[in-house]
Amino acid sequence: MNILWLQASGCGGCTMSLLCAEAPGLFDTLDGAGLRFLWHPALSVETGEEVREILRRIEGGDVPLDILCVEGAIARGPRGTGRYQMLAGLGLSMLEAVRRLAPLAGHVVAVGTCAAYGGMTSAGGNPSDAVGLQYEGAHPGGVLPPEFRDRTGLPVINVAGCPTHPGWVTETLMLLAAGALGAADLDRFGRPRFYADHLVHHGCPKNEYYEYKASARVPGEIGCMMEHMGCIGTQAVGDCNIRPWNGGGSCTAGGYACIACTAPEFEEPRHPYAETPKIGGIPVGLPADMPKAWFMALASLSKAATPERIRTNATADRIAVPPTLRAPKR
Amino acid sequence: MTKLVVGPFNRVEGDLEVHLEISEGRVSLARVNAPLYRGFERMLEGRDPRDALTITPRICGICSISQSMAAARALGAATGVEPTPDGARVAALIHAVENAADHLTHFNLFFMPDFARPAYAGRTWHARAVERFTAMEGSAQREAVAARAELMHILGLLAGKWPHTLAVQPGGVTRAPGANDKVRILASLRGFRRYLERVLFGAPVEAFAELASEVALMRWTGGDAEVFLGIAADLDLASLGRGEGRYLSFGAYPTDAGPAFAAGVWEDGLRPLDASLIREDLSHSWMLGPTAHPEEGQTVPDEEMREAAYSWCKAPRLGGLPMETGALARQVVDGHPLAQDLARQGGVLARVAGRLLELARTQILMERLAQGIDPAARFMAAPGATAESGVGAGLVEAARGALGHWLRIRRGVIASYQIVAPTTWNFSPRDAEGVPGPLEAALVGAPVRPGETTPVAVQHVVRSFDPCMVCTVH
Ligand code: SF4
Ligand code: SF4
Repeated sequence: MNILWLQASGCGGCTMSLLCAEAPGLFDTLDGAGLRFLWHPALSVETGEEVREILRRIEGGDVPLDILCVEGAIARGPRGTGRYQMLAGLGLSMLEAVRRLAPLAGHVVAVGTCAAYGGMTSAGGNPSDAVGLQYEGAHPGGVLPPEFRDRTGLPVINVAGCPTHPGWVTETLMLLAAGALGAADLDRFGRPRFYADHLVHHGCPKNEYYEYKASARVPGEIGCMMEHMGCIGTQAVGDCNIRPWNGGGSCTAGGYACIACTAPEFEEPRHPYAETPKIGGIPVGLPADMPKAWFMALASLSKAATPERIRTNATADRIAVPPTLRAPKR
Repeated sequence: MTKLVVGPFNRVEGDLEVHLEISEGRVSLARVNAPLYRGFERMLEGRDPRDALTITPRICGICSISQSMAAARALGAATGVEPTPDGARVAALIHAVENAADHLTHFNLFFMPDFARPAYAGRTWHARAVERFTAMEGSAQREAVAARAELMHILGLLAGKWPHTLAVQPGGVTRAPGANDKVRILASLRGFRRYLERVLFGAPVEAFAELASEVALMRWTGGDAEVFLGIAADLDLASLGRGEGRYLSFGAYPTDAGPAFAAGVWEDGLRPLDASLIREDLSHSWMLGPTAHPEEGQTVPDEEMREAAYSWCKAPRLGGLPMETGALARQVVDGHPLAQDLARQGGVLARVAGRLLELARTQILMERLAQGIDPAARFMAAPGATAESGVGAGLVEAARGALGHWLRIRRGVIASYQIVAPTTWNFSPRDAEGVPGPLEAALVGAPVRPGETTPVAVQHVVRSFDPCMVCTVH
């Protein structure tokens, strides 16, 4: 299958992250699955007129477009013209280009949260009036209408993440190449469920601190970051703590909060990212699927039961008190 | 005279369009257009100052940590927080890893593939270039991507993930590395050294870092560096795309021992940097407002996109003059003899060789920084009080050169945030005096062969600057 990749209003970080794919590396992974780029703006040799020719051949139907990948949000401004992002050398806005190309594609993949929902590009007052391909924030309908479907009946596939994990992208593309990704494999925001059915909280190295609400108060402390430091890993979809990033990392393992970069509107949390909003001392955003009363009952119970080791370590910058070792029974 | 519009210009970060006027087979005038506007500076206004640490890295996925560093420094300056010495050292290591990876990506994925083009069939080196650098298939590309991914393990460990980490804070870094982390980091660095010495240089990195003149450089044998230098000699890349010889560096990797690569300005000799002399000129940008220092500057897009302007990029000037910035500039300002020798010509060869030189020196630096990790140290200072008001600048060096963030806090929120990125310097449009930006000037004289619609020489010149357009226009 061939892929045309466009970089719209984004930072290019999803491509840069994709190049971190390992075991095997990106090019071997794609080759092995029979995937090749018709053109990728960062990686292909073709420039200028050669690219215009590729686009003409796609639009003329001489080359089938199997997968259209779009990275970055689509700028609609100023005043709906799309002129905040012109496709260089073409005198054509990205807005217009995507509207023309998407209906020709076998599948449309939004790579990253910007392309999916608008993402960081639409933060603040959204200066460029940016949207996602098929969503505007959490609302269905972006550059493409809510009812848009590709030739196999799928909506835009939203490989959300800021950036996306390379595995999320390569696995999505390989599943599409294998004809093994159906509508039921996407969640209600169009994200592949193979990673979106997990919460970031799953497998977080701070889980034991979480159990006792033993919390970090300032950057650098190793306790759970839910209570004070803005972590919303209990509400964020992603397998970040199950599969490693860059050989073994994750946001929370790195010592800073999960900000739910896989979610629509993560760019507007309505509070400082690094601070947990609270009412009467209780965090406003509670874990997914948990009634508030239960949470509060459990939290006060577990706080009362916090072992000294965990209480001390939570506010240290490394493990200060090791686990107690008991001699084996004879 | 003929006119050409070159675009989409790929293998650069972001969107770029180049307008050329050509007479007698050479570029006689160039206009560089950055055709994308997102408005990050505006997004930051009214937010909690700390949010800059989350938002600004997302300006750019290729130098995301440089943006983190600049934001952390600006925030620290505005709130009176400094990193602990060991926090600063680990932050410098994190930053150096990104820059080293960036140089490697540029050389293998962005710059070299052009020499595998059929246009160069028949050159003695062409078959080698095809085998090594064909886009996405060349053996060098694959080796470089693998080496890069493994080097990035250091970032997985210290920074959680790359790009877009929140590990770099005004007070230091969020994760304290243990002794075992230190030995793992050193193991990754040994792996990267093996790659550099086996593949890129074909010799110890020290030998490349110690080259003292262009003559010595051109005699270098070994690795893909030799392939490049052979091509450069054959195509005379030394005299292609010559700059104006004015270089700027904010100084890279500051620790308590000072910056590893010095700050300053070079123009027929070194002088100290005076950042108060920076002005952004908007005469040819689709931006409204007066010429101003970034502390006073604004970002107000001209929705009409007036005819007299042609880019979303502003035109920064230092003391009224355009400045070239990047690895070559950094090494020139740091006083490296090879860089200073290359700077006399300042063309495509100089810029690319400057980057290779810096890659060799950065490997040595990363090893030193990693060796210096003291697992018992403090890597994070106590946070400052939340500031009701303050002003701060964060001046750092991204792979592509001088990056500055200027922050003003009022009533506890960001009142203004201005960013001048390296490519804003290099790819700036003309200013009110009509003086072209560094790339615009360097393109003049580039040969255009009959029938060429996307002149390959122009591509070499543009890519020698390693532009990052998403940073340029933020
Ligand atoms: S830091 Fe976040 S993801 Fe980790 S245990 Fe706490 S709430 Fe869960
Ligand atoms: S941990 Fe949260 S913020 Fe970090 S990458 Fe995963 S989903 Fe995004």
